[in-house]
Amino acid sequence: MGLFNIFSREKKERLDQGLEKTKSNIFTRISKAVAGKSTVDDEVLDSLEEILVTSDVGVATTLRIIERIQKRATKDKYLGTSELNKLLKEEIVALLQENNLQDFTEFSVPGDKKPYVILVVGVNGVGKTTTIGKLAYQFKKSGKSVLIGAADTFRAAAVEQITIWADRVGFPIINQGMGADPASVAFDTVKSAIARDMEVVIIDTAGRLHNKINLMNELSKIRKVIQKLIPDAPHEVLLILDASTGQNAFEQAKQFTAATEVNALALTKLDGTAKGGVVIGISDQFKIPVKYIGVGEGLEDLQVFNRVEFVDSLFN
Amino acid sequence: MFEGLSDKLDRAFKVLKGHGHITEINVADTLKDVRKALLDADVSFKIAKQFTDQVKEKALGQNVLTAVSPGQLMVKIVHDELAGLMGGEKADLLIKGDPAIILIAGLQGSGKTTFSAKLANYLKAKKGKKPLLVACDVYRPAAIEQLKVLGQQIDVEVYSEDSANDPVKIAKRSISHAKENGHNIVIVDTAGRLSIDEQMMDEISNIKSALNPQETLFVVDSMTGQDAVNTAKAFNDRLDFEGVVLTKLDGDTRGGAALSIKSVVNKPIKFVGLGEKMEAIDIFYPERMADRILGMGDIVSLVEKAQEQFDEEEAQKLQKRIARNQFDFNDFLAQIKQIKKMGNVKDLLGMIPGMGKAVRNLDIDDNAFKGIEAIIHSMTPEERVNPAVMNGNRRKRIAAGSGTTIQDVNRLIKQFDDTRKMMKMVTANKGKNMANVMRNMKNMN
Repeated sequence: MGLFNIFSREKKERLDQGLEKTKSNIFTRISKAVAGKSTVDDEVLDSLEEILVTSDVGVATTLRIIERIQKRATKDKYLGTSELNKLLKEEIVALLQENNLQDFTEFSVPGDKKPYVILVVGVNGVGKTTTIGKLAYQFKKSGKSVLIGAADTFRAAAVEQITIWADRVGFPIINQGMGADPASVAFDTVKSAIARDMEVVIIDTAGRLHNKINLMNELSKIRKVIQKLIPDAPHEVLLILDASTGQNAFEQAKQFTAATEVNALALTKLDGTAKGGVVIGISDQFKIPVKYIGVGEGLEDLQVFNRVEFVDSLFN
Repeated sequence: MFEGLSDKLDRAFKVLKGHGHITEINVADTLKDVRKALLDADVSFKIAKQFTDQVKEKALGQNVLTAVSPGQLMVKIVHDELAGLMGGEKADLLIKGDPAIILIAGLQGSGKTTFSAKLANYLKAKKGKKPLLVACDVYRPAAIEQLKVLGQQIDVEVYSEDSANDPVKIAKRSISHAKENGHNIVIVDTAGRLSIDEQMMDEISNIKSALNPQETLFVVDSMTGQDAVNTAKAFNDRLDFEGVVLTKLDGDTRGGAALSIKSVVNKPIKFVGLGEKMEAIDIFYPERMADRILGMGDIVSLVEKAQEQFDEEEAQKLQKRIARNQFDFNDFLAQIKQIKKMGNVKDLLGMIPGMGKAVRNLDIDDNAFKGIEAIIHSMTPEERVNPAVMNGNRRKRIAAGSGTTIQDVNRLIKQFDDTRKMMKMVTANKGKNMANVMRNMKNMN
């Protein structure tokens, strides 16, 4: 279990708690599916299909996993409950691993990028501002100076919301009020961070549905404006996904990536009953790493995502 | 909004076309595709299975009786089953009691606050009510402020207590406030909560028992996946809500959640949210939604929307002006305003049968009219009424005034002239006004 030494016991417990529902669901259902059976037959595979689909893994990914299990089952012939669990876990880890995603182990940013600019994007109501509050808290805790750009100048009281987080955590924000040009806010924020020698910049943006082309263009513009100051910024474009979102998350990943070159994902609301299976599918199709997961509304309720830990929590 | 699903069904049914009748063999593959399409659309696993089983039964039973193409027959069967699944007749909001109380509940980020304000605006504008919005989300930073800002936008009073932190008490006191101030509807916005958060679920139950609302509405994001049925069931077990609100339907989600929730909790979907504008709210029509899923568009919705925004009296006046060739730039401007009031142009086009696919990838700028408006605004009253006076100098001035080029101005004047000619022709031939045309379209359905 050397892999888990880097995580504090407390943190692991918190993730386990958040995933309790997921865990018991998948685990008990697989056990039920294979109860009294000594081989993987069609009925078992059908149950597996149901389990994966109802976890929002998606039909395509589910079929892929099942195909792989079928192949291994015919090769190994004899499979019991424990073997099947092990096999399933291996296959899911493999899907996540195939993308050669590097694991993130802590809330850190590369030291050679200063300021390290993070642009946070996503559809309405996924938890962008809350995630930023928690993320800023983590950076601050690890001794980094953080500046936030309040570039959601559209939704009613969005600026007030981030301001309250700023007071709570104790980070400065750049704010031009409601209705201001978000690109201008982003520009000011990065410029100010350079002048003030800050280490991390996080830009909050308004929630937008990915099929609204004009709003997506606005994101591209924000990106371009930031690049006028720092050519290789934003270093991180973080797409926030709601764990309860279904297959539409794929379209979100696709469209936001097209507009802003998303290179990191955060999965929020994993403390609910949603299974978060969407991560497996998206990781499989787009080669974007999941970097953070949100497991609650408190300051501490943001964690660095680790795929082995994640899959482990599902099955152990 | 359901293009994804209808595309897939389209493809599924193409396989069936060319066969003489429906048999167990040719229906099997199609149903597999239908089921896959439903799952991709986030329809609950169980419901999708149930649904395809039903369709299969119906399809096989009917094959010998009819001579229509199997594809058409399948469309009909799938449509009927889909409509049935989503819940028959439309369900109106029950507004009784003085004040009538509506409680809003749901998960975090589902769109409760935006919907609360939209509903207040809707009841004020359409039903002539005097609503009071109540801010009971004492947890999320700036949630109260958000409702206040929206209340200001729609000119509806918002009841909030800055120092109190017990939503049950705030809710109770808001009712007395409503009574004292003559509000006949109270809409209570609450904090987002997870269905497994016992403490928060107790809280919302307590708010409900304290208020005894006529309507408790469960707000759910239309992009929700398989979890939609679990969450809806959990909220229903605790709140026994009257109806469901499906938000963010202006996205490209296939909205399978809509299909599942109704059948799992047996509660109607009463409203849908279609955007961030305060007017972007509509009643849910199960029948039409089924049509929409099958790519038949939503022509009835479109016509009603157009009629609603279209002042008949204005139309009559306009009609006369066109007939006398008096249609001028003021009328043109008024027309643009009408169209803009109807909402997003792309959404409107999407409702026309057969257009769903065509407009999906089209970039229609909501600001497309901005330039035109600017040009007209830069004209003098005389120029607007009598476009003929616009010579080169005047056009140059208009271009400078509107921040456009003289070519833009020329193009608009040309378009205007063409439109005027065309209108004259249409009215001379048919003698019908637009409202009539729309009524006829509606009768066709």
